[in-house]
Amino acid sequence: MAAPILALRGVNKSFGPIDVLHDITLEVRAGEVLCLLGDNGAGKSTLIKIMSGVHQPSSGTIEMDGTSVSLPTPRAASEKGIATVHQFGGTFPLMSIGRSFFVGVEPTRGFGPFKVYDRNRANDIAVKAVRDFGITRIDDGDRLVGGLSGGERQSLAIARAVHFGARVLILDEPTAALGVKQATHVLRIVNEAKRRGLAVIFITHQVMHAMAVGDHFAVLIRGAVAADFHKGEKTREEITDLMAGGASMASLEAEIESYMNSHGGHPPPPAQ
Amino acid sequence: MSRTFSFGALARRPEAGAALGLFAVLIFFAIFGGVTFLKPSGMASWLNVAANLGVIAIPLGLLMIAGELDISVGAMVPFGAMTVSVISGHYGLPIWMGIAAALSFGVIVGLVNGFLVIRTAVPSLIVTLGTLFAVQGVVLGLTVLITKSTSVALKTEGVAKVMFGDFVLGGQMQVMVLWWLGLTALYVFFVHLSPFGNWVFAMGGDKVSARNAGIPTERLTMVLFVLSSTSAAFVGMCQAILYNSAQVAGGQSFIFNAIISVVVGGVLLTGGFGSVIGIFFGTITFAIVTQGIYYTDFDRNWSSLIIGVLLLGAVLMNNTFRKMALSYAPKKGGK
Repeated sequence: MAAPILALRGVNKSFGPIDVLHDITLEVRAGEVLCLLGDNGAGKSTLIKIMSGVHQPSSGTIEMDGTSVSLPTPRAASEKGIATVHQFGGTFPLMSIGRSFFVGVEPTRGFGPFKVYDRNRANDIAVKAVRDFGITRIDDGDRLVGGLSGGERQSLAIARAVHFGARVLILDEPTAALGVKQATHVLRIVNEAKRRGLAVIFITHQVMHAMAVGDHFAVLIRGAVAADFHKGEKTREEITDLMAGGASMASLEAEIESYMNSHGGHPPPPAQ
Repeated sequence: MSRTFSFGALARRPEAGAALGLFAVLIFFAIFGGVTFLKPSGMASWLNVAANLGVIAIPLGLLMIAGELDISVGAMVPFGAMTVSVISGHYGLPIWMGIAAALSFGVIVGLVNGFLVIRTAVPSLIVTLGTLFAVQGVVLGLTVLITKSTSVALKTEGVAKVMFGDFVLGGQMQVMVLWWLGLTALYVFFVHLSPFGNWVFAMGGDKVSARNAGIPTERLTMVLFVLSSTSAAFVGMCQAILYNSAQVAGGQSFIFNAIISVVVGGVLLTGGFGSVIGIFFGTITFAIVTQGIYYTDFDRNWSSLIIGVLLLGAVLMNNTFRKMALSYAPKKGGK
């Protein structure tokens, strides 16, 4: 079996006296979706920042294709093919689709000091890249990004990362702020990225979304990997319980059920 | 994909509001001020104001598009004027040395502004408020120390006078108008046609994303601050050469006037949206309102009221046009 594209081996991270991550070992292979689950404060964001070059691990190593690498800056990480897409897409709301797609790498025509931004080419490439991911509603590269729906923005950001040669896609809560239909769009795009042979790291606390696309799951609790398992090895309830830190979710459900049984089917009144 | 002309596409451009505002102001003053206002002598009066303001307003507008602000331009105008007057007037050194010194001080203050904004993360309004007062103090202190006066005479002849401080086209229009038109064309090229402009907009839209996309945001911030303060020093220098003297005071009016021109021109105060042509229109609109009042029967004391109403109207109109641009989606099945 080929070496994983990206692997963390025994990574620890502490900020001063506070230990945030303990001995994290994870790997993700080409064409595989790794779902990173965890409650708020479990260390998901710190882990993403280590993988995208924002923070350096205090100890432990990062490997790409079996060899140890260092990711001193976000730029270094993206040059090695690690692309991070944040919750709101990391795009520029008041720029056109074509312009924001090519920020920093604008296509030009002409020569010498008269190089001008090639709007038609930028728009055509950007629109084609997004449409190839199945977002057919986007057909005019001059539209402003801010006019797109949340799901379309995510799709644009993912299409951009793939277009510029990403091999590992880190998606930071891409579905958190989206409605059901929009979230489905994004999940479809995650599947498409996987089909194209990218390694996807999908961060979420919505178990349903994780189960829809994930091949491999890791649950983070207080900075440590509490569970690491493959598709079909655990049920949704088991994962939710793990994320909530034990049996608390199950006991809450049992509590509500017993209340409803004794109150003629009415749920408990909301807490004041 | 169709790229045909449409009024809808025109209205979604950042300068749509500014163009309409300019049109409205032109009609208003043509009715109440009569045609003299549009004859060469009348035009020269507002073009001169627009040119001096516009050379500063465009780089200031670019800073605002990039999400920053520079109010120290108000001190750079007298600084530039006084530098050239003290060096070439008081000391009698060659005019080129005075010009070079005035422009280099512009570059230095711009670098200081940019450096402080990048390093301290203090909002640029506060940083440049500080340099505004600091530079005012330096100008007043040094001028009185060196010349024992607050006003310095300057005599310029030859090429420098023709290039920077003379009248053209019948002796009423300042040569600054030509500088303004030329610089505007240059800015249009760099901001809207070259890739450089894309970086400015990206920076104003989301600085962190722009940096992650590989844009040298810090260097770009420096360049923009240097542009705005050097442009202000340039305007001051040209005024000194034109009027043959420089005063330590004055220049503060440029701060608000330039910001008004930029905002009327459709630039979003929080950055990320605007255009050079819009700022160009905004500057002309502002100049016509301040000068056009002299051609009407109205008491000129009312001009501030008109400017205030114009500013609020322009902002509301620009917001509407921006919303239209944001919510625009092509109809299914093409037009």
